[in-house]
Amino acid sequence: MRRRSKKRNMTLMKKKALMGYLFVMPFIIGFLTFFLYPFIRSFIFSINRLEVTTEGYRLIPIGLDNYYHALFVDPNFNRVLVESIQQMLTSVPSIIIFSFFAANLLNQKFRGRSVARAVFFLPVIMTSGVIIAVERNDLLQNMISMSASPEALETGIGSLAQMGAGFRTVLMQSGLPSQLVLYILAAIDQIYDIIIGSGVQILIFLAGLQTISPSLYEASNIEGATGWENFWKITFPMVSPLILVNTLYSVIDNFTHPANQAMQMIRDIAFFRLEYGLSAALAWIYFIAIFIILAIVMWVMSRNVFYQE
Amino acid sequence: MKISAIRVSKAGLLKLDSVKDRFSLYKIGIVAWAIVRAVIVSGICFMIFYPTLLRLSVTFMQERDLFDLTVRYIPRNFTLDNILLVWRAMGMPETMLNTFRLSVLTSILQLASCTIIGYGFARFNFKGRGLLFSLVLVTLVVPPQTIMIPLFLHFRFFDIFGLLTLGGGQGVNLLDSYWPFILMSSTGMGLRNGLYIFIMRQFFRGMPKELEEAAYVDGAGLFRTFHTIMLPSAIPAMVTIFLFSFVWQWTDNFYAPLFLRELSVFANTLSGLPSTIAQLHYWEVGTFAIMSPAVGSMYNNVGSLIVIIPLVVVYLVAQRHFIQSVERAGIVG
Repeated sequence: MRRRSKKRNMTLMKKKALMGYLFVMPFIIGFLTFFLYPFIRSFIFSINRLEVTTEGYRLIPIGLDNYYHALFVDPNFNRVLVESIQQMLTSVPSIIIFSFFAANLLNQKFRGRSVARAVFFLPVIMTSGVIIAVERNDLLQNMISMSASPEALETGIGSLAQMGAGFRTVLMQSGLPSQLVLYILAAIDQIYDIIIGSGVQILIFLAGLQTISPSLYEASNIEGATGWENFWKITFPMVSPLILVNTLYSVIDNFTHPANQAMQMIRDIAFFRLEYGLSAALAWIYFIAIFIILAIVMWVMSRNVFYQE
Repeated sequence: MKISAIRVSKAGLLKLDSVKDRFSLYKIGIVAWAIVRAVIVSGICFMIFYPTLLRLSVTFMQERDLFDLTVRYIPRNFTLDNILLVWRAMGMPETMLNTFRLSVLTSILQLASCTIIGYGFARFNFKGRGLLFSLVLVTLVVPPQTIMIPLFLHFRFFDIFGLLTLGGGQGVNLLDSYWPFILMSSTGMGLRNGLYIFIMRQFFRGMPKELEEAAYVDGAGLFRTFHTIMLPSAIPAMVTIFLFSFVWQWTDNFYAPLFLRELSVFANTLSGLPSTIAQLHYWEVGTFAIMSPAVGSMYNNVGSLIVIIPLVVVYLVAQRHFIQSVERAGIVG
């Protein structure tokens, strides 16, 4: 009796497993044809010189020449690579901190909260892709994003720079480590970019904050915990897995960001200079650099993240 | 046990007394925080709206208003010329129709494929599921630029396992058509589709298993369970994904310029708008227009506004479901 039911169960399981393959089949096909194949081709291109002929294209193997050229001959790529990774490393933490702060703000009860939520997410809609690319090189818009104030339009950058200078001196003389001060100043300069870049992250944090059961707070309030303690002992550990998710998302978002010079360069070399092989090599170097950074970040973070289960 | 309970209540009483003393201070703190919060929230909202506000005001300005420091927000010399000119330069009704067609097509396909794939990952146990799912994450983490050139050539000389080139030849050119988008979207490989698969999987994983089991017990098959039980409850998450894919396709400046050269969509026409306008001027008037950077920037802003307005409408429609899906915590499990 028991045996039979087990056997039956197995067949259902098998059936379900088969159906599972059926459901993920589109992904398997897509992965093989539109990801793995181009991915391997891209590596092959990077060790070849690609020439477009009348009957398609021809590959001339040249070994690691493209890589050598990218790293040691090309005067720009090295610098652009380092700069764009640096830019990513500085902007991602500010985005994470800001979006966590904003999500906590939007999780509190106040009038007009739902409107504020809708507005905070608006940048994802209004400044994505080509719009941010245009905005970035735009004269009128640059006046604000550089100085983060509409005053600049009227009075010029001058008065604002003065205001900023006052703040700067205070920070500089505060005795904080100069690296930290420089980071804070850079973050303030980029506040517009940070707000624009954290729509989805705010959303993810907000969703996470809402899954925390209110009974936890009730219990700790009865025990006499303060809001500060609640934050560090309940809120922060509970959403810590999402910090990992958000870091991943922010890094990925950075790839397609028009401010990413390395990506721009890879594109230009392929489509303006028509050096497909070199471009592929650059893309691979960039990818490997990102991959190493991500692996380190994931390794460090996943050890310190708290999972409820 | 009892004693400790009494102690706690005593402590509680004590605390209550001291709270009473500090009540006014406590209240001031709350009010002060409410004010600070209101300032911060409205400040951030203002920064988010500012570029749009600027675009809106610049749209109706004449060139001299740009250089007039006494003009702020409200144009002194009201004009519709900018809109009409940009409208023409962008090849307007057509460009918007093309973009709309492309966005609707890809977002419907991506919605369908990512929902199905996400459901497969969430609800079925099969060999290699973990490995396959980690491959989904790999597609997210690899910068699209890495596979850009092979993809481009793939669609330039398109071929299915050498079937199309059996008799020689060089494959079909699928560039400048919707086919690259259709193929990639329906296999879950479009722009950021890994993210959508991830979201759907998390959503389905969060749904109670009993729901499904009840359906099986009542004799519903796998497909029937999927489309009559699971899909209707997944609508908030699906709206979210549809919104994402629609918006990101609308402004996509990665795949659209890569695959479309002649076919005009917003991503192509918006970048380089000032030079298009200069060219238009040359064709129509026969002289080179001298355009100051401020005026070029004005045209950019007008163009951006035209691109944004439909998106805002879509967002306003979808927003209710969207916020609901956040509030039900559907987006991350």
